[in-house]
Amino acid sequence: MNNRLYISGHCRIKDNRVELNGEPVFTQKDSNFSEFIKALYRDQQFQYSKFFKMDNLSKLGFAASEILLRSIHINVKGSEVGVVLANANSSLDTDVRYQESIKDKTNYFPSPSVFVYTLPNIVIGEICIKHKFTGENALLISETFEADQLFDHTMSLFKDGKVGSCLIGWVDYYLDDYDAALFFITRDNDKKTNFESEKIKSIYQNWS
Amino acid sequence: MSTKVLVTGLGVISSIGKNVQDTLKSIRELKSGVGQIDLLITRHRGDLPVGEIKQTDEELKETAGVSSLKALTRPTVLGMLAAREAVEDAGLIGDTEGTGFISANTVGGMGHTEQYCLDYINKEKEGDFLEYLGTHNCGDSTERIADYLNIKDYVTTINTACSSSANAIMLGARLIKNGIVKRVVAGGTDSLTRFTLNGFNTLMILAKEQCRPFDENRMGLNLGEGAGFIVLEAEEAANERGARVYSELKGYANTCDAYHQTASSPEGYGAASAMKKAIEHAGLKVEDIDYVNLHGTATQMNDLSEGNAIQNVFGDKVPDVSSTKGFTGHTLGAAGGIEAVFSNLSISENILFPNLNFTDQMNELNFSPLKVIKENAEVINVLSNSFGFGGNNTALLFSKV
Amino acid sequence: MEELINKLKAEIIEVLNLEDISPGDIDAESPLFGEGGLGLDSIDALELIVLLEKNYEIKIENPQDGKTIFFSIKSMAEYITEHQAA
Repeated sequence: MNNRLYISGHCRIKDNRVELNGEPVFTQKDSNFSEFIKALYRDQQFQYSKFFKMDNLSKLGFAASEILLRSIHINVKGSEVGVVLANANSSLDTDVRYQESIKDKTNYFPSPSVFVYTLPNIVIGEICIKHKFTGENALLISETFEADQLFDHTMSLFKDGKVGSCLIGWVDYYLDDYDAALFFITRDNDKKTNFESEKIKSIYQNWS
Repeated sequence: MSTKVLVTGLGVISSIGKNVQDTLKSIRELKSGVGQIDLLITRHRGDLPVGEIKQTDEELKETAGVSSLKALTRPTVLGMLAAREAVEDAGLIGDTEGTGFISANTVGGMGHTEQYCLDYINKEKEGDFLEYLGTHNCGDSTERIADYLNIKDYVTTINTACSSSANAIMLGARLIKNGIVKRVVAGGTDSLTRFTLNGFNTLMILAKEQCRPFDENRMGLNLGEGAGFIVLEAEEAANERGARVYSELKGYANTCDAYHQTASSPEGYGAASAMKKAIEHAGLKVEDIDYVNLHGTATQMNDLSEGNAIQNVFGDKVPDVSSTKGFTGHTLGAAGGIEAVFSNLSISENILFPNLNFTDQMNELNFSPLKVIKENAEVINVLSNSFGFGGNNTALLFSKV
Repeated sequence: MEELINKLKAEIIEVLNLEDISPGDIDAESPLFGEGGLGLDSIDALELIVLLEKNYEIKIENPQDGKTIFFSIKSMAEYITEHQAA
């Protein structure tokens, strides 16, 4: 059996710009994240009304996964697809929003729908719900994008026989500062980009 | 090809005990740690019961011998105590070369952030409180505990909500199997905060009495606090130094429910698949399982979902099962670690834990959890379930060696 | 009642972030939850409990009661009318 792994595709969302496999998909200058992501939703016709209930981190991760996964034919069962994401700011953006909803003692109405997003791995849950991925998942936290860590973790999932394909990458959001870089890793070599730590690092760094 | 991963040390602190011996004693006396709030400052005192550790931060710091250290949060000190006990128990104090530390927690230094957030944003104010500014993130406690134990080889933090520390243990096993380190101290720590108490309260899943997992009339969960760590060790390393072995971590699996951000699917698809995959990973059959330490939070949804999953996996031959949340409350990021300690004690002490406060079997299910404590039980294979928001389900399988 | 129903529609759209729906799209009598209706879920139900408390000063202690109260916009309006009058 071929044990090599390949990058089937990658998607980046940063600076109000979306790229799929290095090609521009969508740009909207001079708008904040909420305007930008809504415009992206309409432009790309996501047609998923639950999108608007998500927190910013989930919207970002969901949008990137949506654009990436549309371009890929997944040929393993949902139970064999894993998700490994990483970020620096966890769910801090939503934590802050939740804190704002409880700080006023005279107007004290904590929002349950904000609270459920005060965990960073909910973004993984949202992606899995949409695509019925039920394989192993993890969200790793590191100060910066650490290609080696993502690579090692993903390799061990494949080696352990836990996944047949894996969505991996970086999804970080804090106070309008955001960055998503997702990669889909498979055993199919039709795209012939080998899955290597150096490769994902160079794709990640290649952003101007 | 890859090495066996053995458990060679245990450490725990929770509302039922400050170490493993204390904890076992409370369990044998059927003493729950869930009761009134005495220390946490909240409007819910006297209203919502919790599993609170009755020592102040200062008292805990003194026990850990770290009174002079600055900016230590409660979860950090709880973690220090439990992780140190695990390392001591394994006979590895001072011998931490080639060791990793994987710790889980869900809210980091939220307790101090709640206390000082208004001071932080007040530019006029200065003082010692500013030292806590850097403790909010979940990784802070991990780094501090690793420093305390002099562990340097591989240090990281996991947060996948209530399945966090089970996932920390799983990651630890993989580091060993992949030859990255020979030993890992893995588990988790969390303390009670207003953030979690109010948050879970808005979800209307907190019980106003002691929780009753898997009972037809269950009314929700109790939050708790604590820390639980185990020492995982490559078989060769353990044999070389003649370590005492509690169990082998034979199987593990993590799956996603892909159903809802917080609620588990009523059929328990993800939970069942985590248990099945862990059993398969261990090369065992379902009938080999002697005991399942349930996630069993006592919410309507969890117990229904997990109960259906148990029936799905075991059919009409359900082994002994129980939730220990009635003792400790739900300790969130620490739960998987604490329950991994319980699962290992089950194997080493030949004991099966009772499911406190249970009276009536759930209508939807064909089984009941263990009502009484079972001593002298033959326990070979134990499954420990941990499920988190985001549909994140993990099952660990520990086996007698 | 008509006025209250229209107010509720607008409030629900706002608090539940029903971005693609306008008040005219919501039938006051069709189910809010599950297939066929607005497809709301358990977290939305909790948010509706907060809405009743915040905007109408009506407190619902048992979330299980939500099932009947939040069956439709009409049932919500009826519940509010009943409990505000009392």
